[in-house]
Amino acid sequence: MSKRRPYVRPMDGWWRKNPYFVEYMIHEGTALFVAAYAAVLLFGLLRLAQGEAAWNGWLLALKSPWSIGFHLLALAAIGYHAYTWFKIMPRTMPPLVVGGKRLPAWAITGGGLAAAGAASLLLFVLVWGLAR
Amino acid sequence: MPEQQKTIEIEVLRYNPETDQVPYAQVFAVPFTDDMSVLQGVQYIKDYLDGSLSFRWSCRMAICGSCGMMINGEPSLSCQTFLRDYYPERVRVEALAHFPIERDLVINMEGFIEKLESIQPYIIPKEARTLAQGEYLQTPAQLNAYEQFSSCINCLLCYAACPQFGLNKDFVGPAALTLLHRYNMDSRDGGQAERMQLVNAEEGVFNCTAVGYCSEVCPKHVDPANAVNLNKTNSAMDYFLRFLAPKGGTK
Ligand code: SF4
Ligand code: FES
Repeated sequence: MSKRRPYVRPMDGWWRKNPYFVEYMIHEGTALFVAAYAAVLLFGLLRLAQGEAAWNGWLLALKSPWSIGFHLLALAAIGYHAYTWFKIMPRTMPPLVVGGKRLPAWAITGGGLAAAGAASLLLFVLVWGLAR
Repeated sequence: MPEQQKTIEIEVLRYNPETDQVPYAQVFAVPFTDDMSVLQGVQYIKDYLDGSLSFRWSCRMAICGSCGMMINGEPSLSCQTFLRDYYPERVRVEALAHFPIERDLVINMEGFIEKLESIQPYIIPKEARTLAQGEYLQTPAQLNAYEQFSSCINCLLCYAACPQFGLNKDFVGPAALTLLHRYNMDSRDGGQAERMQLVNAEEGVFNCTAVGYCSEVCPKHVDPANAVNLNKTNSAMDYFLRFLAPKGGTK
């Protein structure tokens, strides 16, 4: 009779066992803030469609300390999400060859972050200009 | 002047299927020198402290891929991980995660061998060729398309780094999918349509959630995460090709 009895280790709490997995879970978790912020904006659009009073009510609600707190938290979470997203990007795309040499991972991550930063800044300046 | 003898504690996860219900930790005090790898530490235990300790190794130079272990929770080749980097702390050694433990540090890799077979890891010629036609020619660019993905030594560190494989044993997983990609990218090969069926399947690439740790631990810089994620795009293209060209893509 075979003496073999392979032991299968449980997977409970797997994501706590390695700092890399913790980072991954935080990355996935921060995506919820992206969704929540999109919901806030969509709700604003809905209020706009309902007329001036509704729209002004939404604007006023945005000024509450709770709302400002949420936006700061969301900014931090989305910033972290963007950073970790661009960090994994080189692993998900075909090699980029520039001048016969393969672009290193840090250049792709850095380029992505720079593009995201520039787009955010542009949007901010545009909206700022419109709002004044 | 001779260096003063140092001693490090090595904690090994032991499991004997004939006597133990569950694995347990056992600590050994191992004298070591700065040039000793974790593998040599474990070999010291077997030679001088407890001959029943079981583990795999062969080349002790990061080529054969048989000495993979969890070292302080990280999938590593024990022959290229050094005791001096842990001293004076204790170093924890455990069988590769996500695989069944056969005994002590020896895992059961039957499941992986089956997956390796399933990807048809050999060149399937596009058309029959006679000897008179001579050898296949390949340009450096054509070689480049797959070379990195052909450096895998089947050490399985990437599987021990993949929580999705841990949660679903049917997932074909990083190394096997990477080897599949290696053959699909080879200009001499014509087996892509067959292999894409596995890529698209339930156990194929879409189990991957881009954790990326597999590429981090790979000792040969194969970047298995890259091969798997490129095939998500290939799989989507394959799906749409079926509508455009009834004979293209897979069934
Ligand atoms: S892809 Fe890398 S980590 Fe995975 S089995 Fe091959 S050599 Fe080992
Ligand atoms: S003993 Fe061969 S890779 Fe470590």
